[in-house]
Amino acid sequence: MSLAIEAEGLVKHYGSVVALEGLDMSVPEGTVMGLLGPNGAGKTTSVRIFTTLLKPDKGLARVNGIDVATHAAEVRSVIGLSGQYAAVDENLTGYENLDMVGRLYHLGKNTSRKRSRELLDQFDLDEAADRQVKTYSGGMRRRLDLAAALVARPSVIFLDEPTTGLDPRSRIALWDVIADLVAQGATLLLTTHFLDEADRLADKIAVIDHGRVIALGTADELKSQVGGERLEVTVASPDQIAPAASVLTAIGMGAVTIDEHTRHLTVPVSSEGETLVETLRALDLQAVKVLDLTLRRPTLDDVFMTLTGHAAEEETNQ
Amino acid sequence: MTTIASALADGAVVAKRNLLKIARVPDLLVFSTIQPIMFVLLFAYVFGAEIVIPGVNYREYLMGGIFVQTCIFGATITGSGLANDMKNGIIDRFRSLPMARSAVLIGRTTSDLLNNTLVVVIMALTGLLVGWRIRTSFLEAAAGFLLLLLFAYSISWVMATVGLTVSSVEVFNNAVFLVIFPLTFIANTFVGTDGLPAPLKVVAEWNPVSAVTQAVRELFGNTPSESAVSDAWPLQNPVLASILYMILILAIFVPLAVNRYKKAASR
Ligand SMILES: Nc1ncnc2c1ncn2[C@@H]1O[C@H](COP(=O)(O)OP(=O)(O)OP(=O)(O)O)[C@@H](O)[C@H]1O
Ligand SMILES: [Mg+2]
Repeated sequence: MSLAIEAEGLVKHYGSVVALEGLDMSVPEGTVMGLLGPNGAGKTTSVRIFTTLLKPDKGLARVNGIDVATHAAEVRSVIGLSGQYAAVDENLTGYENLDMVGRLYHLGKNTSRKRSRELLDQFDLDEAADRQVKTYSGGMRRRLDLAAALVARPSVIFLDEPTTGLDPRSRIALWDVIADLVAQGATLLLTTHFLDEADRLADKIAVIDHGRVIALGTADELKSQVGGERLEVTVASPDQIAPAASVLTAIGMGAVTIDEHTRHLTVPVSSEGETLVETLRALDLQAVKVLDLTLRRPTLDDVFMTLTGHAAEEETNQ
Repeated sequence: MTTIASALADGAVVAKRNLLKIARVPDLLVFSTIQPIMFVLLFAYVFGAEIVIPGVNYREYLMGGIFVQTCIFGATITGSGLANDMKNGIIDRFRSLPMARSAVLIGRTTSDLLNNTLVVVIMALTGLLVGWRIRTSFLEAAAGFLLLLLFAYSISWVMATVGLTVSSVEVFNNAVFLVIFPLTFIANTFVGTDGLPAPLKVVAEWNPVSAVTQAVRELFGNTPSESAVSDAWPLQNPVLASILYMILILAIFVPLAVNRYKKAASR
């Protein structure tokens, strides 16, 4: 299978800020790659390089085998982009926005019109189609921007945080649209902060931090890479957090993560032995009152936390 | 399609989009017209009573200057429009599409030219109301309007370069007005250049605004008597000088603007 998206040693500096520091990537045709990483990791910067908006300082990027730096015009005719911030024209209607994009992709008048109506329908914007975008809500703009990325049925699609700002129903609808596109053979690179989204959509996930890919694999591979299972304890009162933490430190295989607010403690444990019973006994000995105790497989959240040293949620809330 | 044909076709799509904006946000057009109308009234009725230009009615003399000033102000929307498009990420959208690199600028300057045409028509009507008259043939008058619009068009490319260079619409407006005011006042726009102190007089005589203003006055037949016009070459050969200035401006700023567009990074 040939590669639809490739990057070799991409480097990009903004003055003294390092955005990318030797990013490598390869996405086979017809697959979905999810980019995951904390704020400022370099996700948007890589998307901008792949979509010809930005020139890297060093390194190579190819889309469908075409060099992005030297044959930008050819690359543009095969890609579709929806950037991190919706890029739609406030003073045009939703329909006019899509039709303009269609015309600039040189689809021809009739095709462009037909395709625009089709997408407005697909993204549940048909009722608002002939209203100026300035009257749209944030999520509606986002959906229009996503539709604009798909006007020309591009073979390689880049979506930068496509579901940020969408309500749950729109999110699921977009997932369906994406699944359809991929079933028809499109290649997709998407960035996201929603780990469940990466888990659900991406064939492969690349975790990026400080401008480099620090882990790569399927969701399952990444989960087993961080190892073991997770033991989660919720204690009854704040003063019991400290004794509970010392118990978990003794039993667990790594650092204990503590959420003071929810009185929630998490620690990686080995999957052998009678961990649950042992823990409960030890906690009881320390007179810790336990509200909840579970043993679970690691989630992508754990992967994210273990690999980047900080939780995805914390980062997005900043 | 050939490259040029496709650039023009893409440019037309972009121009249509800009014109829709003018139609939907009419305040833009209203404000770009109110200011010059105010200038006409102010100079015709307030200052004009005190200003005497030998050989010509002041209100007729005034209109040439106001026309040129209006065109320069009108051309600023090229820059503020582009700065705004950068901010909204539309330029990013355009830059990711397989359209001609020059199309956004061609579309922008073309729609602004149409906008300016409308403004010039409104100005001409206002002028006729306050007593301005064309005293030449139809062809000369047409040439006068054509020259004005071509000048507006070339200034649009200067504004495009600035608009793509600054970081926001606010900065653009402040930066541009700092330049426009001296440019349009250290000239023969409202009074002759002869009364100016020596260094400013030279600036005024070689200012493109003066050449175009003088050319327009000649083509409309609103020229003062020979003694009231400076001997400087651009003012003695204003039509030729205007054309040379425009060629020079376009030769510098078209490539500069296209280059800025290619490098434009909105965020
Ligand atoms: N135009 C710019 N000028 C200066 N620094 C920039 C610019 N764009 C990005 N950066 C820096 O480059 C780094 C990577 O930014 P990038 O936008 O790629 O991150 P990201 O992974 O998309 O983050 P987020 O999750 O917040 O969208 C950050 O440190 C950012 O501050
Ligand atoms: Mg980003």
